[in-house]
Amino acid sequence: MSVAIRIQQVSKSFGAVQALDRVDLAIEPGEFFGLLGPNGAGKTTLISALAGLVRPDHGTLSVMGHDVQSDYRAARRQLGVVPQELVFDPFFTVRESLKIQSGYFGIRDNDAWIDEILENLGLTPKAHANMRMLSGGMKRRVLVAQALVHRPPVIVLDEPTAGVDVELRQTLWAFIRRLNEAGHTIVLTTHYLEEAENLCSRIAMLQAGRVVALDTTANLLRRFSTHTLRLRCRGEMPADLVLGAAQSGGWWSLPFDRYEDVEPMLARIREAGCGIEDLEIGKPDLEEVFIRVMQGETQGEGR
Amino acid sequence: MGHGFSTLLYKEVLRFWKVASQTVAAPVLTALLYLLIFSHVLEGHVKIHGVAYTSFLIPGLVMMSVLQNAFANSSSSLIQSKVTGNIVFVLLPPISYLEFFAAYVLAAVVRGVVVGTGVLLATCWFAPLGFVAPLWIIVFALMGGAILGSLGVIAGIWAEKFDQLAAFQNFLIMPLTFLSGVFYSINSLPPFWQQVSHWNPVFYMIDGFRHGFFGVSDASPWHSLAVVATCLALLTAFTLNLLKRGYKLRA
Ligand SMILES: Nc1ncnc2c1ncn2[C@@H]1O[C@H](COP(=O)(O)OP(=O)(O)OP(=O)(O)O)[C@@H](O)[C@H]1O
Ligand SMILES: [Mg+2]
Repeated sequence: MSVAIRIQQVSKSFGAVQALDRVDLAIEPGEFFGLLGPNGAGKTTLISALAGLVRPDHGTLSVMGHDVQSDYRAARRQLGVVPQELVFDPFFTVRESLKIQSGYFGIRDNDAWIDEILENLGLTPKAHANMRMLSGGMKRRVLVAQALVHRPPVIVLDEPTAGVDVELRQTLWAFIRRLNEAGHTIVLTTHYLEEAENLCSRIAMLQAGRVVALDTTANLLRRFSTHTLRLRCRGEMPADLVLGAAQSGGWWSLPFDRYEDVEPMLARIREAGCGIEDLEIGKPDLEEVFIRVMQGETQGEGR
Repeated sequence: MGHGFSTLLYKEVLRFWKVASQTVAAPVLTALLYLLIFSHVLEGHVKIHGVAYTSFLIPGLVMMSVLQNAFANSSSSLIQSKVTGNIVFVLLPPISYLEFFAAYVLAAVVRGVVVGTGVLLATCWFAPLGFVAPLWIIVFALMGGAILGSLGVIAGIWAEKFDQLAAFQNFLIMPLTFLSGVFYSINSLPPFWQQVSHWNPVFYMIDGFRHGFFGVSDASPWHSLAVVATCLALLTAFTLNLLKRGYKLRA
Protein backbone atom coordinates (compact mmCIF):
# COMPACT_ATOMS: atom_id res chain seq x y z
CA MET A 1 0.00 0.00 0.00
CA SER A 2 2.97 2.26 -0.42
CA VAL A 3 1.75 3.64 -3.75
CA ALA A 4 -1.25 5.85 -4.43
CA ILE A 5 -1.84 4.63 -7.97
CA ARG A 6 -0.48 1.45 -9.48
CA ILE A 7 -1.03 0.73 -13.16
CA GLN A 8 0.36 -2.56 -14.43
CA GLN A 9 0.57 -3.65 -18.05
CA VAL A 10 -2.71 -1.97 -18.95
CA SER A 11 -3.86 -2.32 -22.56
CA LYS A 12 -7.10 -1.23 -24.13
CA SER A 13 -8.23 -1.09 -27.72
CA PHE A 14 -11.37 0.32 -29.26
CA GLY A 15 -11.82 -1.68 -32.44
CA ALA A 16 -8.66 -1.12 -34.46
CA VAL A 17 -7.46 1.74 -32.25
CA GLN A 18 -4.95 0.75 -29.61
CA ALA A 19 -5.73 3.42 -27.03
CA LEU A 20 -3.43 2.00 -24.34
CA ASP A 21 -0.49 -0.29 -24.92
CA ARG A 22 1.00 -2.03 -21.86
CA VAL A 23 1.08 1.03 -19.67
CA ASP A 24 3.01 0.74 -16.39
CA LEU A 25 2.98 3.54 -13.84
CA ALA A 26 3.34 3.83 -10.12
CA ILE A 27 2.50 7.12 -8.45
CA GLU A 28 3.53 7.77 -4.86
CA PRO A 29 1.26 9.28 -2.23
CA GLY A 30 1.61 13.05 -2.14
CA GLU A 31 3.00 13.36 -5.65
CA PHE A 32 1.91 16.05 -8.08
CA PHE A 33 2.06 14.01 -11.25
CA GLY A 34 1.63 15.17 -14.82
CA LEU A 35 0.24 13.01 -17.59
CA LEU A 36 1.04 14.60 -20.93
CA GLY A 37 0.60 13.65 -24.54
CA PRO A 38 -0.90 14.83 -27.81
CA ASN A 39 -4.60 14.52 -28.65
CA GLY A 40 -5.61 10.89 -28.78
CA ALA A 41 -2.55 9.66 -26.88
CA GLY A 42 -4.74 7.77 -24.41
CA LYS A 43 -4.68 10.05 -21.36
CA THR A 44 -8.43 10.11 -20.87
CA THR A 45 -8.68 6.38 -21.54
CA LEU A 46 -6.10 5.72 -18.82
CA ILE A 47 -7.98 7.94 -16.36
CA SER A 48 -11.25 6.25 -17.30
CA ALA A 49 -9.71 2.85 -16.65
CA LEU A 50 -8.59 4.07 -13.26
CA ALA A 51 -12.10 5.33 -12.51
CA GLY A 52 -13.76 2.11 -13.68
CA LEU A 53 -15.47 3.82 -16.63
CA VAL A 54 -13.42 1.77 -19.08
CA ARG A 55 -12.53 -1.87 -18.60
CA PRO A 56 -9.01 -2.65 -19.77
CA ASP A 57 -8.39 -5.63 -22.03
CA HIS A 58 -5.33 -6.56 -20.01
CA GLY A 59 -3.60 -5.41 -16.88
CA THR A 60 -4.63 -4.20 -13.46
CA LEU A 61 -5.06 -0.83 -11.79
CA SER A 62 -5.32 0.05 -8.15
CA VAL A 63 -5.94 3.17 -6.10
CA MET A 64 -4.42 3.30 -2.61
CA GLY A 65 -3.96 -0.44 -2.77
CA HIS A 66 -7.53 -1.22 -3.85
CA ASP A 67 -8.03 -2.94 -7.18
CA VAL A 68 -10.43 -0.89 -9.30
CA GLN A 69 -12.35 -3.98 -10.43
CA SER A 70 -12.39 -6.48 -7.58
CA ASP A 71 -12.42 -3.88 -4.79
CA TYR A 72 -14.16 -1.12 -6.71
CA ARG A 73 -16.06 0.39 -3.81
CA ALA A 74 -12.97 1.12 -1.77
CA ALA A 75 -11.03 2.19 -4.86
CA ARG A 76 -13.68 4.71 -5.91
CA ARG A 77 -13.93 6.18 -2.42
CA GLN A 78 -10.22 7.00 -2.64
CA LEU A 79 -10.50 8.67 -6.04
CA GLY A 80 -11.86 12.01 -7.22
CA VAL A 81 -12.02 12.53 -10.98
CA VAL A 82 -12.62 15.79 -12.82
CA PRO A 83 -13.78 14.64 -16.26
CA GLN A 84 -12.50 16.29 -19.42
CA GLU A 85 -15.98 16.78 -20.88
CA LEU A 86 -17.94 19.71 -19.49
CA VAL A 87 -20.88 17.73 -18.12
CA PHE A 88 -23.56 18.84 -15.68
CA ASP A 89 -27.04 17.90 -14.53
CA PRO A 90 -29.43 20.63 -15.74
CA PHE A 91 -32.09 19.76 -13.17
CA PHE A 92 -30.17 20.96 -10.14
CA THR A 93 -28.52 23.95 -8.53
CA VAL A 94 -24.82 24.00 -7.69
CA ARG A 95 -25.42 23.18 -4.04
CA GLU A 96 -27.93 20.44 -4.84
CA SER A 97 -25.45 18.86 -7.25
CA LEU A 98 -22.78 18.79 -4.56
CA LYS A 99 -25.11 17.43 -1.88
CA ILE A 100 -26.30 14.70 -4.21
CA GLN A 101 -22.74 13.83 -5.17
CA SER A 102 -21.84 13.59 -1.47
CA GLY A 103 -24.77 11.25 -0.95
CA TYR A 104 -23.58 8.96 -3.74
CA PHE A 105 -20.40 8.53 -1.74
CA GLY A 106 -22.42 7.72 1.37
CA ILE A 107 -21.80 11.07 3.07
CA ARG A 108 -24.77 12.65 4.80
CA ASP A 109 -23.95 15.96 6.45
CA ASN A 110 -21.35 17.48 4.24
CA ASP A 111 -22.39 21.12 4.32
CA ALA A 112 -19.30 22.46 6.07
CA TRP A 113 -16.94 20.87 3.55
CA ILE A 114 -19.19 21.85 0.63
CA ASP A 115 -19.08 25.46 1.86
CA GLU A 116 -15.31 25.28 2.02
CA ILE A 117 -15.02 23.92 -1.51
CA LEU A 118 -17.44 26.53 -2.84
CA GLU A 119 -15.48 29.28 -1.16
CA ASN A 120 -12.13 28.03 -2.42
CA LEU A 121 -13.36 27.78 -5.99
CA GLY A 122 -15.10 31.15 -5.97
CA LEU A 123 -18.50 29.49 -6.31
CA THR A 124 -20.19 30.81 -3.17
CA PRO A 125 -22.22 33.49 -5.02
CA LYS A 126 -23.45 30.84 -7.46
CA ALA A 127 -24.40 28.22 -4.85
CA HIS A 128 -28.11 28.54 -5.56
CA ALA A 129 -27.87 29.12 -9.29
CA ASN A 130 -29.18 26.42 -11.58
CA MET A 131 -26.43 24.54 -13.40
CA ARG A 132 -27.89 25.54 -16.78
CA MET A 133 -27.43 29.23 -15.98
CA LEU A 134 -23.69 29.00 -15.34
CA SER A 135 -21.01 29.99 -17.81
CA GLY A 136 -18.63 27.33 -19.09
CA GLY A 137 -15.88 28.28 -16.67
CA MET A 138 -18.28 28.18 -13.74
CA LYS A 139 -19.51 24.75 -14.80
CA ARG A 140 -15.88 23.62 -14.87
CA ARG A 141 -15.45 24.82 -11.29
CA VAL A 142 -18.49 22.81 -10.23
CA LEU A 143 -16.97 19.73 -11.87
CA VAL A 144 -13.86 20.24 -9.78
CA ALA A 145 -16.01 20.71 -6.69
CA GLN A 146 -17.97 17.53 -7.41
CA ALA A 147 -14.75 15.53 -7.58
CA LEU A 148 -13.76 16.75 -4.12
CA VAL A 149 -16.95 16.24 -2.09
CA HIS A 150 -15.73 12.99 -0.54
CA ARG A 151 -12.24 14.33 0.26
CA PRO A 152 -10.49 11.77 -1.93
CA PRO A 153 -6.81 11.16 -1.15
CA VAL A 154 -6.18 10.82 -4.90
CA ILE A 155 -7.42 13.55 -7.23
CA VAL A 156 -7.24 13.23 -11.01
CA LEU A 157 -7.90 16.27 -13.17
CA ASP A 158 -8.37 15.72 -16.90
CA GLU A 159 -7.63 19.06 -18.56
CA PRO A 160 -9.27 21.14 -15.86
CA THR A 161 -8.10 24.41 -17.37
CA ALA A 162 -9.19 23.85 -20.97
CA GLY A 163 -10.96 27.04 -22.00
CA VAL A 164 -11.00 28.76 -18.65
CA ASP A 165 -9.87 32.25 -17.75
CA VAL A 166 -6.69 33.29 -15.97
CA GLU A 167 -8.50 33.95 -12.72
CA LEU A 168 -9.92 30.46 -12.43
CA ARG A 169 -6.59 28.93 -13.31
CA GLN A 170 -4.93 30.79 -10.53
CA THR A 171 -7.61 30.08 -7.93
CA LEU A 172 -7.83 26.48 -9.06
CA TRP A 173 -4.09 25.87 -8.88
CA ALA A 174 -3.77 27.62 -5.56
CA PHE A 175 -6.48 25.34 -4.18
CA ILE A 176 -5.07 22.16 -5.72
CA ARG A 177 -1.60 23.06 -4.44
CA ARG A 178 -3.00 23.45 -0.94
CA LEU A 179 -4.64 20.06 -1.23
CA ASN A 180 -1.37 18.60 -2.45
CA GLU A 181 0.49 20.16 0.47
CA ALA A 182 -2.11 18.64 2.78
CA GLY A 183 -1.10 15.22 1.46
CA HIS A 184 -3.47 14.60 -1.47
CA THR A 185 -1.98 12.90 -4.50
CA ILE A 186 -2.66 14.88 -7.66
CA VAL A 187 -2.62 13.65 -11.25
CA LEU A 188 -3.07 16.25 -13.92
CA THR A 189 -3.40 16.22 -17.68
CA THR A 190 -3.07 19.45 -19.58
CA HIS A 191 -1.97 20.79 -22.93
CA TYR A 192 -0.58 23.88 -21.22
CA LEU A 193 2.96 22.67 -20.74
CA GLU A 194 4.00 25.69 -18.73
CA GLU A 195 1.33 24.75 -16.20
CA ALA A 196 2.65 21.20 -15.98
CA GLU A 197 6.23 22.43 -15.66
CA ASN A 198 5.33 24.71 -12.77
CA LEU A 199 3.11 22.29 -10.90
CA CYS A 200 4.23 18.73 -11.49
CA SER A 201 7.18 17.14 -9.77
CA ARG A 202 7.09 14.12 -12.06
CA ILE A 203 5.78 13.64 -15.57
CA ALA A 204 4.80 10.77 -17.84
CA MET A 205 4.42 11.35 -21.55
CA LEU A 206 2.07 9.18 -23.53
CA GLN A 207 2.17 8.70 -27.26
CA ALA A 208 -0.19 6.38 -29.14
CA GLY A 209 -1.04 4.60 -25.90
CA ARG A 210 2.54 4.03 -24.77
CA VAL A 211 4.56 5.69 -22.03
CA VAL A 212 7.44 7.25 -23.97
CA ALA A 213 8.97 9.27 -21.16
CA LEU A 214 8.75 9.06 -17.38
CA ASP A 215 10.94 11.08 -15.08
CA THR A 216 11.03 13.99 -12.68
CA THR A 217 10.31 17.31 -14.31
CA ALA A 218 13.82 18.50 -13.43
CA ASN A 219 15.44 15.47 -15.05
CA LEU A 220 13.35 15.76 -18.18
CA LEU A 221 14.30 19.39 -18.54
CA ARG A 222 17.95 18.54 -18.03
CA ARG A 223 17.89 15.68 -20.46
CA PHE A 224 15.93 17.19 -23.27
CA SER A 225 16.25 20.92 -23.05
CA THR A 226 19.06 23.44 -22.69
CA HIS A 227 19.64 27.09 -22.06
CA THR A 228 19.99 29.06 -25.23
CA LEU A 229 21.52 32.37 -25.97
CA ARG A 230 19.46 34.04 -28.66
CA LEU A 231 20.82 37.02 -30.50
CA ARG A 232 20.62 39.14 -33.60
CA CYS A 233 23.82 40.62 -34.94
CA ARG A 234 25.48 42.44 -37.82
CA GLY A 235 28.30 40.62 -39.63
CA GLU A 236 29.59 37.06 -39.78
CA MET A 237 29.03 34.67 -36.86
CA PRO A 238 32.30 32.89 -35.92
CA ALA A 239 32.46 29.45 -37.55
CA ASP A 240 33.07 27.52 -34.30
CA LEU A 241 29.88 28.99 -32.82
CA VAL A 242 27.80 28.38 -35.92
CA LEU A 243 28.43 24.71 -35.32
CA GLY A 244 25.59 23.53 -33.09
CA ALA A 245 23.64 26.77 -33.46
CA ALA A 246 20.36 27.29 -35.21
CA GLN A 247 19.23 30.28 -37.18
CA SER A 248 15.75 31.47 -37.90
CA GLY A 249 14.24 34.83 -38.78
CA GLY A 250 17.52 36.67 -38.30
CA TRP A 251 17.95 35.21 -34.78
CA TRP A 252 20.77 32.87 -33.80
CA SER A 253 20.14 30.33 -31.06
CA LEU A 254 23.26 29.14 -29.30
CA PRO A 255 22.81 26.37 -26.74
CA PHE A 256 24.80 26.43 -23.49
CA ASP A 257 24.86 24.54 -20.22
CA ARG A 258 26.15 26.94 -17.58
CA TYR A 259 25.89 30.66 -17.29
CA GLU A 260 29.70 30.86 -17.11
CA ASP A 261 29.75 29.77 -20.74
CA VAL A 262 27.93 32.90 -21.89
CA GLU A 263 30.73 35.36 -21.39
CA PRO A 264 33.30 33.51 -23.56
CA MET A 265 30.67 33.14 -26.29
CA LEU A 266 29.96 36.85 -26.30
CA ALA A 267 33.70 37.53 -26.31
CA ARG A 268 34.16 35.34 -29.42
CA ILE A 269 31.38 37.21 -31.16
CA ARG A 270 32.92 40.57 -30.32
CA GLU A 271 36.35 39.38 -31.50
CA ALA A 272 34.82 38.31 -34.80
CA GLY A 273 33.65 41.88 -35.27
CA CYS A 274 29.97 41.08 -34.94
CA GLY A 275 27.80 43.86 -33.58
CA ILE A 276 25.01 42.58 -31.33
CA GLU A 277 21.67 44.23 -32.02
CA ASP A 278 19.39 42.26 -29.71
CA LEU A 279 19.90 39.52 -27.16
CA GLU A 280 17.92 37.28 -24.84
CA ILE A 281 18.42 34.14 -22.80
CA GLY A 282 16.03 31.20 -23.10
CA LYS A 283 15.62 28.74 -20.25
CA PRO A 284 14.98 25.04 -20.68
CA ASP A 285 11.27 24.46 -21.09
CA LEU A 286 8.90 21.55 -21.16
CA GLU A 287 7.64 22.45 -24.60
CA GLU A 288 11.02 21.64 -26.05
CA VAL A 289 11.15 18.42 -24.02
CA PHE A 290 7.72 17.47 -25.26
CA ILE A 291 8.55 18.11 -28.91
CA ARG A 292 11.78 16.13 -28.70
CA VAL A 293 10.17 13.21 -26.92
CA MET A 294 7.35 13.11 -29.44
CA GLN A 295 9.88 13.16 -32.28
CA GLY A 296 11.22 9.95 -30.88
CA GLU A 297 14.31 10.97 -28.95
CA THR A 298 14.76 8.64 -26.02
CA GLN A 299 18.01 9.56 -24.30
CA GLY A 300 17.93 13.28 -24.71
CA GLU A 301 20.64 15.19 -26.47
CA GLY A 302 20.76 18.10 -24.10
CA ARG A 303 24.18 18.22 -22.50
CA MET B 1 -28.75 -0.68 0.43
CA GLY B 2 -26.76 2.28 1.66
CA HIS B 3 -26.96 6.02 1.53
CA GLY B 4 -25.73 5.95 -2.08
CA PHE B 5 -28.87 4.09 -3.06
CA SER B 6 -31.23 6.38 -1.19
CA THR B 7 -29.52 9.45 -2.66
CA LEU B 8 -29.86 8.09 -6.19
CA LEU B 9 -33.52 7.29 -5.53
CA TYR B 10 -34.07 10.77 -4.12
CA LYS B 11 -32.32 12.37 -7.10
CA GLU B 12 -34.39 10.35 -9.58
CA VAL B 13 -37.64 11.33 -7.85
CA LEU B 14 -36.58 14.97 -7.57
CA ARG B 15 -35.68 14.95 -11.27
CA PHE B 16 -39.23 14.20 -12.41
CA TRP B 17 -40.86 16.18 -9.63
CA LYS B 18 -39.05 19.35 -10.68
CA VAL B 19 -40.74 19.12 -14.07
CA ALA B 20 -44.04 17.74 -12.77
CA SER B 21 -46.11 19.63 -15.31
CA GLN B 22 -44.58 17.46 -18.04
CA THR B 23 -44.07 14.27 -16.10
CA VAL B 24 -47.24 14.16 -14.00
CA ALA B 25 -49.85 16.71 -15.10
CA ALA B 26 -49.54 16.02 -18.83
CA PRO B 27 -50.13 12.25 -18.64
CA VAL B 28 -53.06 12.79 -16.25
CA LEU B 29 -54.61 15.14 -18.78
CA THR B 30 -54.04 12.65 -21.61
CA ALA B 31 -55.78 9.89 -19.64
CA LEU B 32 -58.66 12.22 -18.86
CA LEU B 33 -59.09 12.97 -22.57
CA TYR B 34 -59.16 9.24 -23.38
CA LEU B 35 -61.85 8.80 -20.77
CA LEU B 36 -63.98 11.66 -22.05
CA ILE B 37 -63.81 10.52 -25.65
CA PHE B 38 -64.21 6.76 -25.20
CA SER B 39 -66.87 6.96 -22.54
CA HIS B 40 -68.81 9.47 -24.60
CA VAL B 41 -68.77 7.11 -27.59
CA LEU B 42 -69.27 3.80 -25.81
CA GLU B 43 -71.09 4.41 -22.53
CA GLY B 44 -74.53 2.82 -22.65
CA HIS B 45 -73.56 0.61 -25.58
CA VAL B 46 -71.23 -1.77 -23.81
CA LYS B 47 -71.24 -3.53 -20.48
CA ILE B 48 -68.31 -5.76 -19.53
CA HIS B 49 -68.57 -8.41 -16.82
CA GLY B 50 -71.74 -6.55 -15.82
CA VAL B 51 -69.76 -3.35 -15.26
CA ALA B 52 -70.70 -0.12 -17.05
CA TYR B 53 -68.14 0.84 -19.71
CA THR B 54 -66.82 4.00 -18.07
CA SER B 55 -66.32 2.19 -14.77
CA PHE B 56 -64.51 -0.58 -16.63
CA LEU B 57 -62.32 1.88 -18.52
CA ILE B 58 -61.07 3.88 -15.51
CA PRO B 59 -58.84 1.20 -13.92
CA GLY B 60 -57.47 0.39 -17.37
CA LEU B 61 -56.47 3.99 -17.92
CA VAL B 62 -55.00 4.24 -14.45
CA MET B 63 -52.86 1.14 -14.95
CA MET B 64 -51.84 2.17 -18.47
CA SER B 65 -50.61 5.48 -17.01
CA VAL B 66 -48.71 3.68 -14.25
CA LEU B 67 -46.97 1.46 -16.80
CA GLN B 68 -46.17 4.07 -19.43
CA ASN B 69 -44.85 6.56 -16.91
CA ALA B 70 -42.75 4.03 -15.08
CA PHE B 71 -41.12 3.15 -18.39
CA ALA B 72 -40.72 6.79 -19.37
CA ASN B 73 -39.04 7.68 -16.09
CA SER B 74 -36.14 5.28 -16.06
CA SER B 75 -35.62 5.23 -19.81
CA SER B 76 -35.61 8.99 -20.34
CA SER B 77 -33.48 9.67 -17.29
CA LEU B 78 -30.83 7.22 -18.44
CA ILE B 79 -30.76 8.28 -22.07
CA GLN B 80 -30.55 11.95 -21.10
CA SER B 81 -27.69 11.23 -18.73
CA LYS B 82 -25.90 9.21 -21.37
CA VAL B 83 -26.35 11.73 -24.18
CA THR B 84 -25.35 14.69 -22.02
CA GLY B 85 -22.55 12.71 -20.38
CA ASN B 86 -23.59 13.37 -16.79
CA ILE B 87 -24.04 9.62 -16.31
CA VAL B 88 -20.44 9.75 -15.02
CA PHE B 89 -21.74 11.30 -11.81
CA VAL B 90 -23.38 8.00 -10.92
CA LEU B 91 -20.69 5.79 -12.45
CA LEU B 92 -17.77 7.31 -10.52
CA PRO B 93 -19.13 6.79 -6.98
CA PRO B 94 -19.10 3.45 -5.14
CA ILE B 95 -22.70 2.60 -6.06
CA SER B 96 -23.21 -1.13 -6.68
CA TYR B 97 -25.11 -2.34 -9.72
CA LEU B 98 -27.81 -3.65 -7.39
CA GLU B 99 -28.28 -0.23 -5.80
CA PHE B 100 -28.25 1.36 -9.25
CA PHE B 101 -30.99 -0.97 -10.46
CA ALA B 102 -33.10 -0.63 -7.32
CA ALA B 103 -32.92 3.18 -7.34
CA TYR B 104 -33.92 3.59 -11.00
CA VAL B 105 -36.71 1.02 -10.79
CA LEU B 106 -38.13 2.32 -7.52
CA ALA B 107 -38.12 5.89 -8.81
CA ALA B 108 -39.96 4.62 -11.89
CA VAL B 109 -42.54 2.95 -9.64
CA VAL B 110 -42.94 6.18 -7.67
CA ARG B 111 -43.54 8.16 -10.87
CA GLY B 112 -45.99 5.51 -12.12
CA VAL B 113 -47.92 5.46 -8.85
CA VAL B 114 -48.00 9.27 -8.60
CA VAL B 115 -49.36 9.60 -12.13
CA GLY B 116 -51.73 6.63 -11.62
CA THR B 117 -53.11 8.22 -8.46
CA GLY B 118 -53.51 11.48 -10.34
CA VAL B 119 -55.44 9.74 -13.10
CA LEU B 120 -57.62 7.96 -10.54
CA LEU B 121 -58.40 11.21 -8.73
CA ALA B 122 -59.20 12.98 -12.01
CA THR B 123 -61.42 10.22 -13.39
CA CYS B 124 -63.16 8.62 -10.39
CA TRP B 125 -65.89 11.27 -10.51
CA PHE B 126 -67.19 10.00 -13.83
CA ALA B 127 -68.38 6.54 -12.80
CA PRO B 128 -68.75 4.35 -9.69
CA LEU B 129 -65.71 2.22 -8.75
CA GLY B 130 -65.72 -0.74 -6.40
CA PHE B 131 -62.34 -1.01 -4.67
CA VAL B 132 -63.41 -4.57 -3.83
CA ALA B 133 -59.90 -5.93 -3.19
CA PRO B 134 -57.45 -3.07 -2.62
CA LEU B 135 -54.54 -5.43 -2.03
CA TRP B 136 -54.71 -6.64 -5.65
CA ILE B 137 -54.79 -3.03 -6.79
CA ILE B 138 -51.63 -2.24 -4.87
CA VAL B 139 -49.79 -5.45 -5.77
CA PHE B 140 -50.40 -5.15 -9.51
CA ALA B 141 -49.64 -1.42 -9.60
CA LEU B 142 -46.30 -1.94 -7.85
CA MET B 143 -45.26 -5.00 -9.81
CA GLY B 144 -46.39 -3.59 -13.14
CA GLY B 145 -44.55 -0.36 -12.42
CA ALA B 146 -41.42 -2.30 -11.51
CA ILE B 147 -41.58 -4.38 -14.71
CA LEU B 148 -41.91 -1.33 -16.92
CA GLY B 149 -39.33 0.56 -14.86
CA SER B 150 -36.97 -2.32 -15.45
CA LEU B 151 -37.74 -2.35 -19.18
CA GLY B 152 -37.03 1.38 -19.11
CA VAL B 153 -33.61 0.71 -17.60
CA ILE B 154 -32.87 -1.79 -20.37
CA ALA B 155 -34.07 0.59 -23.09
CA GLY B 156 -32.21 3.55 -21.59
CA ILE B 157 -28.97 1.60 -21.43
CA TRP B 158 -29.35 0.02 -24.85
CA ALA B 159 -30.39 3.12 -26.80
CA GLU B 160 -27.62 5.43 -27.90
CA LYS B 161 -29.84 8.11 -29.35
CA PHE B 162 -33.27 9.46 -28.60
CA ASP B 163 -34.77 7.99 -31.78
CA GLN B 164 -33.68 4.48 -30.79
CA LEU B 165 -35.47 4.95 -27.50
CA ALA B 166 -38.53 6.24 -29.35
CA ALA B 167 -38.47 3.11 -31.52
CA PHE B 168 -38.36 0.88 -28.42
CA GLN B 169 -41.30 2.84 -27.04
CA ASN B 170 -43.37 2.94 -30.22
CA PHE B 171 -42.82 -0.62 -31.40
CA LEU B 172 -42.78 -2.46 -28.10
CA ILE B 173 -44.19 -0.55 -25.15
CA MET B 174 -47.10 1.17 -26.89
CA PRO B 175 -48.46 -1.94 -28.65
CA LEU B 176 -48.08 -3.99 -25.48
CA THR B 177 -49.97 -1.48 -23.37
CA PHE B 178 -52.66 -0.64 -25.91
CA LEU B 179 -53.32 -4.25 -26.94
CA SER B 180 -53.82 -5.40 -23.40
CA GLY B 181 -57.45 -4.78 -22.64
CA VAL B 182 -57.25 -1.21 -21.42
CA PHE B 183 -60.20 -0.19 -23.56
CA TYR B 184 -62.03 -3.51 -23.86
CA SER B 185 -62.35 -6.99 -22.41
CA ILE B 186 -60.36 -9.46 -24.44
CA ASN B 187 -63.41 -11.75 -24.29
CA SER B 188 -64.96 -9.43 -26.85
CA LEU B 189 -62.13 -10.15 -29.29
CA PRO B 190 -62.12 -12.83 -31.99
CA PRO B 191 -60.52 -16.09 -30.75
CA PHE B 192 -57.24 -15.49 -32.57
CA TRP B 193 -56.66 -12.12 -30.91
CA GLN B 194 -57.73 -13.55 -27.59
CA GLN B 195 -54.93 -16.09 -27.94
CA VAL B 196 -52.46 -13.36 -28.85
CA SER B 197 -53.49 -11.28 -25.85
CA HIS B 198 -52.83 -14.20 -23.54
CA TRP B 199 -49.18 -13.92 -24.52
CA ASN B 200 -49.06 -10.26 -23.58
CA PRO B 201 -47.87 -9.88 -19.99
CA VAL B 202 -49.37 -6.39 -19.82
CA PHE B 203 -52.80 -7.96 -20.25
CA TYR B 204 -52.32 -9.76 -16.91
CA MET B 205 -51.16 -6.60 -15.17
CA ILE B 206 -54.25 -4.70 -16.24
CA ASP B 207 -56.61 -7.60 -15.73
CA GLY B 208 -55.33 -8.28 -12.21
CA PHE B 209 -55.38 -4.59 -11.36
CA ARG B 210 -58.96 -4.30 -12.55
CA HIS B 211 -59.92 -7.35 -10.52
CA GLY B 212 -59.07 -5.33 -7.42
CA PHE B 213 -61.78 -2.82 -8.34
CA PHE B 214 -64.64 -5.06 -9.41
CA GLY B 215 -63.82 -8.56 -8.20
CA VAL B 216 -64.33 -9.89 -11.73
CA SER B 217 -61.77 -10.25 -14.52
CA ASP B 218 -60.90 -12.17 -17.67
CA ALA B 219 -58.28 -14.29 -15.93
CA SER B 220 -57.98 -15.39 -12.33
CA PRO B 221 -55.95 -12.85 -10.32
CA TRP B 222 -53.75 -15.64 -9.00
CA HIS B 223 -52.95 -16.69 -12.52
CA SER B 224 -52.17 -13.07 -13.39
CA LEU B 225 -50.02 -12.73 -10.31
CA ALA B 226 -47.99 -15.80 -11.31
CA VAL B 227 -47.41 -14.43 -14.82
CA VAL B 228 -46.51 -10.94 -13.58
CA ALA B 229 -44.21 -12.21 -10.83
CA THR B 230 -42.41 -14.48 -13.28
CA CYS B 231 -41.93 -11.60 -15.73
CA LEU B 232 -40.62 -9.38 -12.97
CA ALA B 233 -38.16 -12.03 -11.79
CA LEU B 234 -36.86 -12.70 -15.30
CA LEU B 235 -36.52 -9.03 -16.19
CA THR B 236 -34.81 -8.24 -12.91
CA ALA B 237 -32.29 -11.00 -13.49
CA PHE B 238 -31.69 -9.87 -17.06
CA THR B 239 -31.28 -6.21 -16.16
CA LEU B 240 -28.99 -6.95 -13.23
CA ASN B 241 -26.83 -9.01 -15.53
CA LEU B 242 -26.57 -6.11 -18.01
CA LEU B 243 -25.62 -3.74 -15.22
CA LYS B 244 -23.16 -6.13 -13.67
CA ARG B 245 -21.38 -6.48 -17.00
CA GLY B 246 -21.43 -2.71 -17.41
CA TYR B 247 -23.15 -3.19 -20.78
CA LYS B 248 -22.85 0.08 -22.75
CA LEU B 249 -22.15 1.99 -19.55
CA ARG B 250 -18.57 0.98 -18.89
CA ALA B 251 -16.71 0.56 -22.18
N1 LIG C 1 -15.25 5.06 -26.38
C1 LIG C 1 -14.38 5.06 -27.41
N2 LIG C 1 -14.68 4.42 -28.56
C2 LIG C 1 -13.81 4.38 -29.58
N3 LIG C 1 -12.61 4.97 -29.56
C3 LIG C 1 -12.25 5.63 -28.46
C4 LIG C 1 -13.11 5.71 -27.32
N4 LIG C 1 -12.48 6.43 -26.37
C5 LIG C 1 -11.29 6.79 -26.89
N5 LIG C 1 -11.14 6.31 -28.14
C6 LIG C 1 -9.93 6.46 -28.98
O1 LIG C 1 -8.82 6.12 -28.20
C7 LIG C 1 -7.73 7.00 -28.45
C8 LIG C 1 -7.29 7.67 -27.17
O2 LIG C 1 -8.27 8.60 -26.78
P1 LIG C 1 -8.18 9.46 -25.45
O3 LIG C 1 -9.46 10.18 -25.30
O4 LIG C 1 -7.76 8.60 -24.33
O5 LIG C 1 -7.02 10.48 -25.80
P2 LIG C 1 -6.47 11.72 -24.97
O6 LIG C 1 -5.03 11.50 -24.77
O7 LIG C 1 -7.30 11.95 -23.77
O8 LIG C 1 -6.66 12.91 -26.00
P3 LIG C 1 -7.07 14.45 -25.78
O9 LIG C 1 -5.81 15.17 -25.45
O10 LIG C 1 -7.59 14.85 -27.10
O11 LIG C 1 -8.09 14.50 -24.71
C9 LIG C 1 -8.21 7.95 -29.53
O12 LIG C 1 -7.78 7.47 -30.76
C10 LIG C 1 -9.71 7.88 -29.42
O13 LIG C 1 -10.29 8.13 -30.66
MG1 LIG D 1 -8.46 13.41 -23.11
